[in-house]
Amino acid sequence: MATSSVSKGCFVFKPNFKKRKISVPIEDYFSKGKNASEDSKLRFETYQLIWQQMKSETERLQEELNKNLFDSLIEFLQTSHSGLWKNSEDWSSEIKLREIPTAALILGVNVTDHDLTLRSLTEVLQNNVTPYVVSLQAKDCPDMKHFLQKLVSQLMDCKVDVQSKEKESVQVIQKNVHYSMDSLSAWYMSVTQKTDPKMPRKKRTFSSQWHSPPVVLILKDMESFTTKVLQDFIIISSQHLHEFPLILIFGIATSPVVIHRLLPHAVSSLLCIELFQSLSCKEHLTTVLDKLLLTTQFPFKLSEKVLQILTNIFLYHDFSIQNFIKGLQLSLLEHFYSQPLSVLCCNLPEAKRRTHFLSANQCENIRRLPSFRRYVEKQSSQKQVALLTSDKSLKEETQSLLENLHVYHTNYFLVLRCLHQFTSFLPKYPLGRQIRELYCMCLEKNIWDSEEYASVLQLLRLLAKDELMAMLQNCFKVFQSSSAKELGNTAKKIEEFLAQFQSLDETKEEEDTSQSQSKGLQKTDLYHLQKSLLEMKELRSTSKRQTKFEVLREQVVSFVDSLVREYLLPPDTQPLHETLYFSSAHTLRQHLNAAPRIALHTALNNPYYYLKNEALRSEEGCIPNVAPDICIAYKLHLECSRLINLVDWSEAFATVVTAAEKMDANSVTSEERNEVIHARFIRAVSELELLGFIKPTKQKTDHVARLTWGGC
Amino acid sequence: MTSTLELKEDKMLKVQFVGDDDVLNHILDREGGPKIKKDRAQLLVNTQKIIKKPENELEEDDQEVLKDQNYVEVLGQDVQESLKNGSATDGGNKVYPFQNRKHPEKMAKLASELAKTPGKSVSLNKNDPEITIDIPQCSKGHSASDKSQLKNNDKSEFLSTAPRGLRKRLIVPRSHSDSESEYSASNSEDDEGVAQEYEEDTNEDILSQKIQAQNRVVSAPVCRGTPSKKMKRKKTSHLVEEYFEAHSSSKVLTSDRTLQKLKRAKLDQQTLHNLLSKVSPSFSAELKQLNQQHEQLFHKWMLQLHLGFNIVLYGLGSKRNLLERFRTTMLQDCIHIVINGFFPGISVKSILNSVTEVLDHMGTFRSVLDQLEWITNKFKEDSSLELFLLIHNLDSQMLRGDKSQQIIGQLSSLRNIYLIASIDHLNAPLMWDHAKQSLYNWLWYETTTYSHYTEETSYENSLLVKQSGSLPLSSLIHVLRSLTPNASTFFLCFSAWVYFYQQCREAFLVNSDLTLRAQLTEFRDHKLIRTKKGTDGVEYLLIPVDNGILTDFLEKEEEEL
Repeated sequence: MATSSVSKGCFVFKPNFKKRKISVPIEDYFSKGKNASEDSKLRFETYQLIWQQMKSETERLQEELNKNLFDSLIEFLQTSHSGLWKNSEDWSSEIKLREIPTAALILGVNVTDHDLTLRSLTEVLQNNVTPYVVSLQAKDCPDMKHFLQKLVSQLMDCKVDVQSKEKESVQVIQKNVHYSMDSLSAWYMSVTQKTDPKMPRKKRTFSSQWHSPPVVLILKDMESFTTKVLQDFIIISSQHLHEFPLILIFGIATSPVVIHRLLPHAVSSLLCIELFQSLSCKEHLTTVLDKLLLTTQFPFKLSEKVLQILTNIFLYHDFSIQNFIKGLQLSLLEHFYSQPLSVLCCNLPEAKRRTHFLSANQCENIRRLPSFRRYVEKQSSQKQVALLTSDKSLKEETQSLLENLHVYHTNYFLVLRCLHQFTSFLPKYPLGRQIRELYCMCLEKNIWDSEEYASVLQLLRLLAKDELMAMLQNCFKVFQSSSAKELGNTAKKIEEFLAQFQSLDETKEEEDTSQSQSKGLQKTDLYHLQKSLLEMKELRSTSKRQTKFEVLREQVVSFVDSLVREYLLPPDTQPLHETLYFSSAHTLRQHLNAAPRIALHTALNNPYYYLKNEALRSEEGCIPNVAPDICIAYKLHLECSRLINLVDWSEAFATVVTAAEKMDANSVTSEERNEVIHARFIRAVSELELLGFIKPTKQKTDHVARLTWGGC
Repeated sequence: MTSTLELKEDKMLKVQFVGDDDVLNHILDREGGPKIKKDRAQLLVNTQKIIKKPENELEEDDQEVLKDQNYVEVLGQDVQESLKNGSATDGGNKVYPFQNRKHPEKMAKLASELAKTPGKSVSLNKNDPEITIDIPQCSKGHSASDKSQLKNNDKSEFLSTAPRGLRKRLIVPRSHSDSESEYSASNSEDDEGVAQEYEEDTNEDILSQKIQAQNRVVSAPVCRGTPSKKMKRKKTSHLVEEYFEAHSSSKVLTSDRTLQKLKRAKLDQQTLHNLLSKVSPSFSAELKQLNQQHEQLFHKWMLQLHLGFNIVLYGLGSKRNLLERFRTTMLQDCIHIVINGFFPGISVKSILNSVTEVLDHMGTFRSVLDQLEWITNKFKEDSSLELFLLIHNLDSQMLRGDKSQQIIGQLSSLRNIYLIASIDHLNAPLMWDHAKQSLYNWLWYETTTYSHYTEETSYENSLLVKQSGSLPLSSLIHVLRSLTPNASTFFLCFSAWVYFYQQCREAFLVNSDLTLRAQLTEFRDHKLIRTKKGTDGVEYLLIPVDNGILTDFLEKEEEEL
């Protein structure tokens, strides 16, 4: 093999230049795959288009969500050093002079998303506050020297962007200079004084309050910095604060307490800390879902199982939006890759256009869709024949079905949001608090068949008037915001309900007053109270006369119920839903949330799972003796405790293997065969060592130590 | 701590005003608990009570308790699916239980069971007297062919051929097996007894131990035979006991036999290879089918690599051939680097060096981080540049360190570097925290191949393989040839000096400390010696080569001189 050698481990292959130029376009890989089939080029293009749209949408969302945080941060930064240059003799400002303004930014445990947030923060700061923004990571700064080195080199880089390139040569020399805070502040002085006259225009964009822009230092992962470095740096820089206006931003993943844990009081008193809380990642997820999936803007949809997997990975594993988006990307790719009919997964006019150009094969594909078959079966026999034989009528039907699907989705999301308005305020949240939970349930099955839904309706029947009205108001807003025609009268109906409730108010007040008057201010004892209560109860149970309000409430509830039953049908009842919904949850789980240990365990314990040979079929918990060597050695080693005697092991192995061999060949002489078996044993053992099941030990001669317990 | 606190509180009875809302909260809290689907009916009753109550924080938190059941349903299915063929229905339990005490003879027993009915599977639970008889025989060290012969004979014949001691042993367990139920209880005591005896006398001991072993073999299935109901009830307490039992003594019971007593000596790499080549591979048709399945994915891999994902392969069996085929079929026209992670001399530095080699960079870097930065910039500048990295065994000894992984991860996160790697170690995924995983942006692919790890295990570091030392030996000779005669004699002396320090001291061929140092530097450059500061500040020199190799080397040199 070209890539094995005893003297090196890296092999560079560099084809000559001419060949390299003709690189294969990515689409080719898309089409050459396993299901090389229809419209692959178009599918790939659609994939790229949708993905780009989704990506830019998420980025926009991110920006929007961070805007509040960034605004308040910028405000803090702008005001923090204002006192510094006023030259006031104020005592309090004197104190402040020694304190480094610090923003503690609590970012949450989703470490993977921090980078993105901080990067955009850097950008924003550079545009709005100061060109001198430096961000450091703990792994770059094991000690003070590296810390300063990184700080200085990054600061100089900041400057280079603004200034001309000729400075670069100077910089290279400076790299070897001994770094100290003194030199840094000297540098700062020189730079600010030099640039001041040069670029007055630029100055004006920054706040005019200060003469020179502050230096912002972002510590990305505050928790992982070494305490000593942080302490030293803070003490030193507080001494230089008057000539080197520094502002710190701590990126904190856990809680603000960590500042005081890392820094003793003497040091933390040098900081003037202000807390900033970033948006919780769960809210972030809700917005992303809301804008990417619960909308007709993007035709691509996830099935219930897939959505569950993605949200569960998010909630149980990492809280990372980035990973969620990655999962979304993968499912999008898989959908377009594996489903030939995904060509139709685009906006409605385009999809209608594309149906015209569907090939005969694709028409067959449509006919094969289970949802389409169900649909055909419901049609009249004449139409059935037409749909199954003529491509033209099929295409026409497909167009109308696609349109229906689009309308279905428009209504679906409106009604879903409406239902969410009702359920999200109910005590105990029987249908979940987040809209994603509700969505999952609705995707799964007919929601009205579920127990939870029944309890929701029951709870709605118990609502007070003002609560009910608030919910209706919200619903009204939801429906008003949309332009769907079908549900236009729904909005009207809600409005009517609201009006009726309003009018109810006046009549009810009268009733109330009359009742309270009749009761009066009588003096009651316990006996009388009990009696009157009993009377009231009786009155209620016998007459059961509903008040107007109750009647109206009942109407509202049944109205909501009818809406749900009409519009929240699960998507798999819709013909052609396969074109839009990605449902292969299994692949997603395999590629995103793999279980390597289980794969190893299965391969060793049950080789039949992979090698479909009847000789390997076995009952639970045991393996046949013809199994691969490594399986046998593994099975034997499971019977040992911490240490394994190699001799015993090899003999046990030999026993099994000879018994297995007995069947086929007796020709080889026994001594030679023993040699071979021993060699096989050695191989199996060294493979187990590579896999991390055993390791050599010196506790006892010719023993190995087991590294796992139980079956794996 | 807590108990004393409670005690104090008990003594000082405190009366405190508790508001209605608090009481209600308290009750509801108890009743509600984490949300479970079955409790829905009850739930309705509660809700009526709280309906007027303002929303309080506590309750909201209650809702946030994630449903474990839900998790298992959605993400845990992998376990069920991959094990559905019946290897272990209670997968989780079998995969990760506590360590528990194993009996030394169990392995032999299992082996004989497996061997007994060739071709057919025998479950562990089966137990008949014949097997218990086989055990001492099996571990006795007879040649394998003898054993199998014996097994085919029936019991009476076996008795007659067995030595006297063995016959004696056979009688003892018979009597015990009648009163099986009593035996399971005193099991652990027996073990202790064996442990003590074990050290006293080897000759005598073997006999007694064998008897104990016999008993254990008989009693073990009795434990299993107890009704499952009872087992379940006792399961937790049992687990704890087992855990402490297993960890109570540092002594582990294993037999004292060593490979030296066995005639079979350690094989060297070459003979091992020759011997193995005689073995005809089994299940080749199935293996081929497996491989074909994986090969169908090549195009998909290329696609996903180009779209910004990186690919990691896992599963039993060497994935080297698979990746090699991927390389030859798909990557012929692309720049790519193959990295053998299993190569003992591999390092991140060498990986980065080969990347810079691709970029035609001459010159050196002050540190690995500098180099990485340079590469990053280069790739960011030139978007037409594309590089494939194939790493076999990303989890190898040399690369599994945190720093190495961080650097490789940073490389792989570049848009135009595509990484496809394989992992084999059981705990390989532990290398990556969330931050690194997001750098790598993995897509996992299971590629179980069952191929042998021939190349991966061939680097002279595996067990049982004789350290032939051909590699260091040849390099020793090579370096020596290229040295000046003076220096070579020096090294000869020096290597001999390791053994005969006193004798060779006078034979030093250098006249001053300075020249000595100069000579030493040369050797150090070739990694033939290493210096080490002792605790007293004196410099020690050592040759990082095995004694055996060094003697070999000296012998060879003497022959030639």
